[in-house]
Amino acid sequence: MTANSATAAHGDGHAHGGGHHYTSLGLDNRKIAIWTFIGSECMLFASLISTYLVYKGRSPAGPYPHEAWTNPATGEVFKPILNIPVTSASTFVLLMSSLAMVLALAAVQNKNLPKHTFGERVLGSSKLWLWMTALLGITFLGFQAYEFTSFVHEGLSIRTNLFGSSFFTLTGFHGAHVTAGVLWLFTLLAIDYKRGLTPADSLLVDICALYWHFVDVVWIAIFTLLYLIK
Amino acid sequence: MATIAAAPPYTQAKAAPADTGLWSWLTTVDHKRIGALYLITGLFFFVVGGLEAAVIRAQLAVPNANVVSAEMYNQLFTMHGTTMIFLAVMPLSAAFFNFLIPLQIGARDVAFPRLNAFSYWIYLLGGIYITVPIFFSVAPDGGWFGYAPLSTKAYSPQINMDFWVLGLQILGISSLAAGFNFITTIINMRAPGMSLMRMPIFTWMSFVVQFLVVLAFPVITIALVFLQFDRFFGTNFYTVAKGADPLLWQHLFWVFGHPEVYILILPAFGLVSEVLPTFSRKPLFGYPVMVYSGILIGFLGFGVWAHHMFSVGMGPIADSVFSLATMLIAIPTGVKIFNWMATMWGGQIRFTVAMKFAIALVGMFTIGGISGVMHSSPPADLQQTDTYFIVAHFHYVLFGGSVFGLFAGMYYYFPKITGRFLSEKLGNWHFWVSFIGMNLTFFPMHFSGLLGMPRRYYQYDAGQGIELFNMASSIGTLILIIGTLFGLINVFKSWKGGKLASSNPWGAATIEWSIPSPPPEYNFAELPQIKSRYPLWNMKEGEPLVHETTYEEEKDLHIPTTKETGIVMPNPSIWPLITATGIVVMFCGLMFMEKNATLAVAIMVGGTAWWVGSLYKWLFTPLEDHH
Repeated sequence: MTANSATAAHGDGHAHGGGHHYTSLGLDNRKIAIWTFIGSECMLFASLISTYLVYKGRSPAGPYPHEAWTNPATGEVFKPILNIPVTSASTFVLLMSSLAMVLALAAVQNKNLPKHTFGERVLGSSKLWLWMTALLGITFLGFQAYEFTSFVHEGLSIRTNLFGSSFFTLTGFHGAHVTAGVLWLFTLLAIDYKRGLTPADSLLVDICALYWHFVDVVWIAIFTLLYLIK
Repeated sequence: MATIAAAPPYTQAKAAPADTGLWSWLTTVDHKRIGALYLITGLFFFVVGGLEAAVIRAQLAVPNANVVSAEMYNQLFTMHGTTMIFLAVMPLSAAFFNFLIPLQIGARDVAFPRLNAFSYWIYLLGGIYITVPIFFSVAPDGGWFGYAPLSTKAYSPQINMDFWVLGLQILGISSLAAGFNFITTIINMRAPGMSLMRMPIFTWMSFVVQFLVVLAFPVITIALVFLQFDRFFGTNFYTVAKGADPLLWQHLFWVFGHPEVYILILPAFGLVSEVLPTFSRKPLFGYPVMVYSGILIGFLGFGVWAHHMFSVGMGPIADSVFSLATMLIAIPTGVKIFNWMATMWGGQIRFTVAMKFAIALVGMFTIGGISGVMHSSPPADLQQTDTYFIVAHFHYVLFGGSVFGLFAGMYYYFPKITGRFLSEKLGNWHFWVSFIGMNLTFFPMHFSGLLGMPRRYYQYDAGQGIELFNMASSIGTLILIIGTLFGLINVFKSWKGGKLASSNPWGAATIEWSIPSPPPEYNFAELPQIKSRYPLWNMKEGEPLVHETTYEEEKDLHIPTTKETGIVMPNPSIWPLITATGIVVMFCGLMFMEKNATLAVAIMVGGTAWWVGSLYKWLFTPLEDHH
């Protein structure tokens, strides 16, 4: 194996899941590190979400998430800001991306199995499912861009009030996490195109998948707490 | 008792890299070298923080002095706290995490050696970033706790607090990266037979600390993000006129800040728990209870944050709950104190300098702990909060506890780190002068505080009965500085010129003492096999720590031997340093936001491209040569 091989991408690991080095649990270090990281990220999003909830209803001036608001000084009327049907659609897109991620991991793990039918070849294509995951993630980000711009047009910016500050910061942080995940997926795709992902690379996809599902779960919490509960 | 110096029986897989020269230090990924870097840098910032304290005490020596202006005084006490916590005590603890954890669990390095180097470099750069402004009189001036709204643009319009907000974000990255690394290392890199309950107690306390770090630091990250956004982008998180809760910052900060207290003290607890058994020639009394009480302290540490906020009027229910939780945390802490005393009881005590510092921790921490229980009661706390009584309390736990514990560890482990002893003669001067200085500085603060002297005031009037106490504290500080000077001279003299040490000079029990001092780059020629909690005390004379061939006790588990694999060590890498630099450049960009937004964005985009690019280079460079 050449020194420049991309096999050892991601972390200080080795091509075959730490095969050369003894580990106490028999697991690759990267797997434990990503779980530790996810635990830490839980506290990050917990802080953001609790700030949003603590500040809910505290803002003396609108616009507000679920109620219309009339500016007493100008008489201008603001609609409720959150658009639940549109965000339901983007939530669905993000959930489907997790499904595609599962299929991408399965495709890498089962790369060496014989594939006879068209269906098996489709399910077995790691490139297809990595692309699908990334594109669904990008679609979600597109929804978020649309949401942000339309909110600004409706009169809510990050500076307007407490709702604006806490909403844009929380969802913006989540969007940044999705963006990082998309970059990670493209990195995996680049490796896949360069030399092909094999079952020995499962871990590379596995840790990306753990991150991706985590970001997805955080969105379920955000969608429920911010959008669905009034 | 047997001590085994594991000779390197096999040649390394590759030529050893040049072990001297600047480049070798910039690119090192060896946990022992990184530990040494942390030690030296931490001691440097300890001196910086101490000099800041010296100016503070010079200003307070006599009533209405004018050594420094009120503005400078604010910067000094802010930077004294920030420096000592984030740039001195945490990194000095990190020096021991780095050096000892792999050695104590029988590993060749940490789980992610390059990430480890990254943690150090970003700490160093963040430390420079937050320290340099004081030379231009623009240092942070809102206290180490940076209470918002006080620290928002409306009340701190200058650039000072920008350095603090961004500096702490940079330092947080260092701690978090190290936290992920050490948790993975301790979970997954333990040598065969090293079950959790056989781990040396220092590694156990470090393990607890890393969980505190990874769970507490994200909270201050978010609190700082809000402050950053308020200051740079005009959001409203801390704008009370827009409906913001003035307590939001305090809650978020102390949810981080209280676990931080345990992040500062538990490594010192771990170190003295190594020192006391060795110099008492007895196993640690109640090892399992020590482990559980450490875990319990860490757990309860997340439930007591609002005892820092009794005076803000949270109401009787919140006050009672946090008061009770605070009293509760005294129990596991007290258990530790008693276990240390029971460890020494009946032992063959050798009064080395390390032992003296360790015993001093037990005594001094108890004084600070008892005054801590005093202000766990809200009515008492209302009398004491924001007075010098609190200053006395936390200096007894942080100086008498953390710093003495770290010095105990330094004297104990210096022979392992450098292969040479620290001088016991200079060490005794170091200990006794520091001990006297520390008590003369901080004990009178109990009285000046109870007489009502408030913290953070830069002047006080004569005739309030506090002149004597303040003069005593200032003289004590001078003595403390002289004491510390003895310690520093000792480190510099002994690093190259100290008495040579054998592999196990103190007759200790744990496996870091089975290998040469200083350890070879690969630590263990063969992975040791651990059969007890005190391997070097329990094994028979002449018995090797490693088996001749493989560890086949578990039949399905084949652990490759050095004979099969050679010793594979990670390659040096410059990318962690370059990545860290890019991140700091990115943060620097924000500083220009107000003056020139285009320039600011350009620097931030450039910095981001810099660190992302170098991160990719790092990730796509294999850690080791294949074989």
